[in-house]
Amino acid sequence: VTTTDKSAYGIPPSVRTEALEQLLTERGLVDSKAVDAIITTYESNVGPLNGAKVIAKAWTDPEYRRWLLDDGTAAIRELGFIGLQTEHVVVVENTATSHHVVVCTLCSCYPWQLLGLPPSWYKVPAYRARMVKEPRKVLSEMGLELAADVQITVHDSSSEVRWLVLPERPASTEGLSAEQLVPLITRDAMVGVAKVAAP
Amino acid sequence: MRIDKSDVMDGIADMGGTEGWGPTHPPRIDEPVFEEPWEGRAFALTLLSLRLAGWNVDAFRHAEERLDRRAYLGDGYYGRLLNAAELVLTESGVLAPSAIEARARNLCGEPVEEPPLPQPAKSYYAPTAEGSLRTIDATPAFAVGERVRAKNESLAGHTRLARYVRGHTGVVVAIQPASVLPDTNAHFLGENPQFVYSVRFDSSELWGADAEPFAVTIEMFESYLEKTT
Repeated sequence: VTTTDKSAYGIPPSVRTEALEQLLTERGLVDSKAVDAIITTYESNVGPLNGAKVIAKAWTDPEYRRWLLDDGTAAIRELGFIGLQTEHVVVVENTATSHHVVVCTLCSCYPWQLLGLPPSWYKVPAYRARMVKEPRKVLSEMGLELAADVQITVHDSSSEVRWLVLPERPASTEGLSAEQLVPLITRDAMVGVAKVAAP
Repeated sequence: MRIDKSDVMDGIADMGGTEGWGPTHPPRIDEPVFEEPWEGRAFALTLLSLRLAGWNVDAFRHAEERLDRRAYLGDGYYGRLLNAAELVLTESGVLAPSAIEARARNLCGEPVEEPPLPQPAKSYYAPTAEGSLRTIDATPAFAVGERVRAKNESLAGHTRLARYVRGHTGVVVAIQPASVLPDTNAHFLGENPQFVYSVRFDSSELWGADAEPFAVTIEMFESYLEKTT
């Protein structure tokens, strides 16, 4: 196994990051403004709100829902959320009897344009290792208890195909508009480790 | 640039089904995108470094896989990106192998001499299109509903043929668009686009009769699969 210089790891990553930025900027290879712009994009512009808009539209527009489940990429492209790390999307629907949940066992592949950068729980080895072996137990540890008769399907994102879960719409939200539904829809529900709670 | 293919992928990154990681925990409410400022800068510098070196996402994933256990796990997800970006920049001749460490020690008030600039070794990689999806003039070798077996082989270099499905039999549930083959693209040996299949495996096939009842789907490149008859 090759590696970078091991002795460097005695230095905190914050300092090594600063060193890297200096080395690249002082030669004009990278502009710190470009670094700032990328951070702003992923802190403020790209996040689970995008995915929530897709789900709220599907919950309130039966034709869009059919399109989304039939050709997720095309339906999501219409809302503008196809791009880096989100080239091709398959949408799967959670129901009272069928539960879908997404993992990446080989790295941390995740639909950036729909959900932003992955949360810490998605990236930890315990989640990556165990979700494909004992999903019911993992979901329980994470706070989601599923009835024994619910069929679980785990989707391991091993290629550039990205998976998005269409969560169950909670009862008692029938009267709400798409705009009112958006804030209820969480990242965790769109990956399949939680349900959407009624307001 | 050519990278030695002797580094097999069956290392720490291939985590599916491995033991010893402890429990998972409920998601934190309102977790920030970047816990600490350096994490955002490491993420952005990683994206910019890949562009600078002319590396593709598959080559980057292989760089992550070649990190040792400490470099892969020790500084968390963004530390892993930082360490892999360092590997990319040193292998492509943008930075000398000890450049980051030397600068970091100087930043810590420990004066050390910094290494001279290395010879640039920019990759010859030239993608034929943006992203990974490609249109190919071929017919899928497998059909939806067909039983297929994931090849039981441990490949040298990068692969997305996860260990836990090797040798196991599943059913094709969807044919996905053709995509660049990571196994060759990661080594700048060509895109070799091929069809990708979502294959469904029963938990009992993967983990035995005592496993929780569930199914896994995983995307398999065409060359990872074989007929069952």
